[in-house]
Amino acid sequence: MLTNFLIADHRDCDALFATAENAASDGDHATASTAFAGFEAAMARHLSIEENVLFPEFEARSGMAGGPTAVMRMEHEQMRAMMLQMRRALDGRELDDFLGLGETLHILIQQHNMKEEQMLYPMCENALADSAQALLERMRAY
Amino acid sequence: MNAGLSLEQAPPLSVPLRFFLSAPLFGLAAAGLLLWRGPDVLASRWSAGALALSHLLALGVLSMVMCGALWQMLPVLAGVRVAQPRRTGALCHSLLVLGTLTLASGFLGAGQNAFRVAVLLLGLGLGAFLTVMGHALIRAPHAQDSVRGMRWALLGLAGTVGLGVTLGLGHGGLGLPLWRWPLTDLHLAWGLLGWIATLIAVVAWQVVPMFQMTPPYPLRMRRWLAAGLFVLLGWHSLAVWRGWPLARLPALLLALVLAALALITLRLLSRRRRKVADVSLAFWRVGMRALLLASVIGAASLLASPTAAARLALAATLLFLLGFALSVVNGMLYKIVPFLVWLHLQQRLATRIEVRHSIVLPNMKSIVPEKRSRQQFALHLAALLLLLLGVLLPTLLRPAAALWLADFALLEWNLVQGVLCYRAECRHIDHYR
Repeated sequence: MLTNFLIADHRDCDALFATAENAASDGDHATASTAFAGFEAAMARHLSIEENVLFPEFEARSGMAGGPTAVMRMEHEQMRAMMLQMRRALDGRELDDFLGLGETLHILIQQHNMKEEQMLYPMCENALADSAQALLERMRAY
Repeated sequence: MNAGLSLEQAPPLSVPLRFFLSAPLFGLAAAGLLLWRGPDVLASRWSAGALALSHLLALGVLSMVMCGALWQMLPVLAGVRVAQPRRTGALCHSLLVLGTLTLASGFLGAGQNAFRVAVLLLGLGLGAFLTVMGHALIRAPHAQDSVRGMRWALLGLAGTVGLGVTLGLGHGGLGLPLWRWPLTDLHLAWGLLGWIATLIAVVAWQVVPMFQMTPPYPLRMRRWLAAGLFVLLGWHSLAVWRGWPLARLPALLLALVLAALALITLRLLSRRRRKVADVSLAFWRVGMRALLLASVIGAASLLASPTAAARLALAATLLFLLGFALSVVNGMLYKIVPFLVWLHLQQRLATRIEVRHSIVLPNMKSIVPEKRSRQQFALHLAALLLLLLGVLLPTLLRPAAALWLADFALLEWNLVQGVLCYRAECRHIDHYR
């Protein structure tokens, strides 16, 4: 239940990323900028849902505060830094830089998602089975 | 709790890179061999030159990269860290390098002792690899489709190594020379299909949807392909070994499964959401078209007259090794190497808290410039086409070999550029004030 919601959110972010990247590779600065703003907002929401709702709950229940979630938080920071650089490149109309950074961010996100989808989310699902419904509602409302 | 789970990012950079940087050098050796010995090498698949060439490619290039990549992929895919990656990686790598060279020298006339040493080195090296990876995959806490698929691929490799060791001991004067013909065929089938194709299929359904944003591979294919290939190979082996009727049926089914894998991948790639056409995509497309063609030609060779069958089987094998497997592996290197360089730089930068916001790291496209990888892709394609024509017109084989030489040299150069970029950036990070 949690897993499906979060995976769907990953795919939504991917779709926004692809729209921005496709526009940038066509040289369409305006569309790229709008789509990238949508991506930034969706990512910001997704990352903070995990950091403020899912991870604290999981850490409290499993007692694993320094473990997998710490690595995930660190990767979130890496993503935020990359998105900031991409925004600067886009605002400076450096579309080649934007695309090069985008390729890097894309792989960073995908290998991160793979770890979450294949390992961390199923672990959360196990640890938080009895409060999943309430958690899901908090995430939806976030 | 859950001690097997580790979401750490990666083993030390030197572990996969030592495999990746060695691979094109074996490609150079293979191309050099073809250039030196000329068309005779491919006159028959039994010629000493052909055997040396195929092992330089299959072990020295393809297995080299695939082994290196598994060190990198297991933590991400299965959440397991390989124990002591630096030490075990260096051990497997050096045994694989030395074993492959010794084996090739054995085929080229270095005598029985070379085979004995090669069997020892490769048996130890690949045995250690199988033990380390097998142990990690058995412990994998979440057995997803890809983990299961990788287990089948490792079993395929184990079968190939077992048959190879038996054959090698025969060449070394220590074994059963009588069974060389069926054993060689089975060794080839297990190596190409049970190991190389299975692992590439598993990696494909993981990375193609991810990198190119395509729809996922059909669930049934992810669940059954690896096991299905294994079962068909088992059936094929028994049929060949015991002289069962309809021995060609499992081989035809294997060709059909691989053709389906190629067609589905090509279809997914045509439905990708990312429109940015990177060089890796070009390599994947060529690779899958080559796999399709290799399956068709391979199937045709099963039904053709004996003389035509030999030529067709040779063409199918070359297409499989150089057109399919090498293209895909090459395309993957252009994703993995720049990303790993960036990732390790990022981690290094993170330790320098006071300056980490003042330094801008190079992005993947400036670590290995797209222009150079495009040039290498063009060489790769030209070399592949000329080599295939060379199967019909052997005078073209030497020019084809020259192109392969340039192709592997440029690949090595591009990868080395990535490493040099890493070194320079590390110095920059360490000394930045």
